[in-house]
Amino acid sequence: MSDPTSAPPVPAPPAEGYSRREALVMGLFALAAAATTAGCSAADKLAYEEFVQKHFKDLSPEELKDRLAGMEMRYAEQYGQRVTVSATPPIPGTRFGYALDLSRCIGCRKCVYGCVEENNQSRDPQTHWITVLEMDKEEGVNLQHANAYYDHETVPAPGKFYMPVACQHCDNPPCVKVCPVQATWMEPDGIVVIDYDWCIGCRCCISACPYGARRFNWGKPGIPTDELNPVTEFLGNRPRARGVVEKCSFCLQRVRKGLYPKCVEVCPVGARKFGNLLDPDSEIRYILENKRVFILKEELNTQPKFFYYYGL
Amino acid sequence: MTRLRLVRLGVAGASAALLLTAACRPVQESGPRYGGALERAGKATAPGVAKSTAALFPVAPPPFSEGAFPCSECHGLTDKVDRTPHVVEFHDEIVLRHDEKNRWCLDCHDAQNRDKLHLADGRLVDFTESYRLCGQCHGPTLRNWKAGEHGKRTGSWSGAKRYLLCASCHSPHSPRFKPLTPEQPPLRQEAIR
Repeated sequence: MSDPTSAPPVPAPPAEGYSRREALVMGLFALAAAATTAGCSAADKLAYEEFVQKHFKDLSPEELKDRLAGMEMRYAEQYGQRVTVSATPPIPGTRFGYALDLSRCIGCRKCVYGCVEENNQSRDPQTHWITVLEMDKEEGVNLQHANAYYDHETVPAPGKFYMPVACQHCDNPPCVKVCPVQATWMEPDGIVVIDYDWCIGCRCCISACPYGARRFNWGKPGIPTDELNPVTEFLGNRPRARGVVEKCSFCLQRVRKGLYPKCVEVCPVGARKFGNLLDPDSEIRYILENKRVFILKEELNTQPKFFYYYGL
Repeated sequence: MTRLRLVRLGVAGASAALLLTAACRPVQESGPRYGGALERAGKATAPGVAKSTAALFPVAPPPFSEGAFPCSECHGLTDKVDRTPHVVEFHDEIVLRHDEKNRWCLDCHDAQNRDKLHLADGRLVDFTESYRLCGQCHGPTLRNWKAGEHGKRTGSWSGAKRYLLCASCHSPHSPRFKPLTPEQPPLRQEAIR
């Protein structure tokens, strides 16, 4: 393929024609391909496909398979190990809910770091999806008197209680409403997800979220190769790029296989509870029906599926 | 209802006396008892071994001190036992901080078969089912534990789960949850580069 006039690797236009966006990027790509006389290697094809990507929801099964395979290749190169990327669909008849017992949480932050490892959050610069807030028992739940930077020898500290906050997976999510490109949406099982490839990094969702649950990758995420969790999901814990937003996904890669989220598994006091809101026998339903449950910032009508309660 | 309570009170009061008689009885399988039946079965005439509920609540192994179990390595089945509450010097590392004014070792540990615990009615239970013993006083907590509300459960939200025993988090001799060292606080925003 040394002939500079050879056809660039552009597929035949579909019957309905290209959108402006596609036409523009393909034109650019064709120019670049012709100028550099690049061949049509697998990597080029991948780069092209990522460049003229479709929205996750518009991908046909074959296209999705190609995208996933491409990602696996790229991550394997980047991290020097086999990384699986899957797009497990939601389980029919599930609506996930989460409950957290404020009378039991002791603020040990094990959930924070368990989550970092499971979900491939950047170690440097530091990204945490969970923020554990320390508050005064006398003051009650008052976010204006909360401290996330407490550093005690042992916890719980006298007179304090702890409130971990992450994505509340609202049923009426303001972040989804404001996203100008629909890079974030609620799945049928109630999980609010992000397509990291579609996100343009405008951070509207971050300012719209009343819970401060979303994180922006200001720098290039740094994960030591030996600490990468190689079992990843497209909409969940696959490694992110600089310039995109991320947040808790209820450990989509675990819960869609029937497992508990990582934070539930690592919590040493059993303060974290997870289950299917549609299953009357689940522990989450038991808690909703028997305990004093509240949601954060109820007055905003975000309708979180994350419930706080007092078990004692 | 009141009557039932009275019966239960009676059972609790009589339990100490029961211990004396229960220990020497031959081990025998009693009828199927579980759930509500577990409590109703507090009749003074129920000797032997409590029917296992292990299949219903798969639990993590009991947190024995190293080398402590089986207890029968030291305590023989035919040993003569002093049943009056007294300080046991050999086990002086155990400090009882659990209703210690009213209770002592043999209220939970079986006097004769040291590898078992016993319920108030004298039926023996394994250490792997110690939650039944705890639930005799902490009934609502046992109910919440079974439902998955109290305590930690791991495994699958939709399928098989593993429970932790009460004793995995609360030492039966001193049940208050011990403080932990927290993980590193997050970096302050100005420190992130």
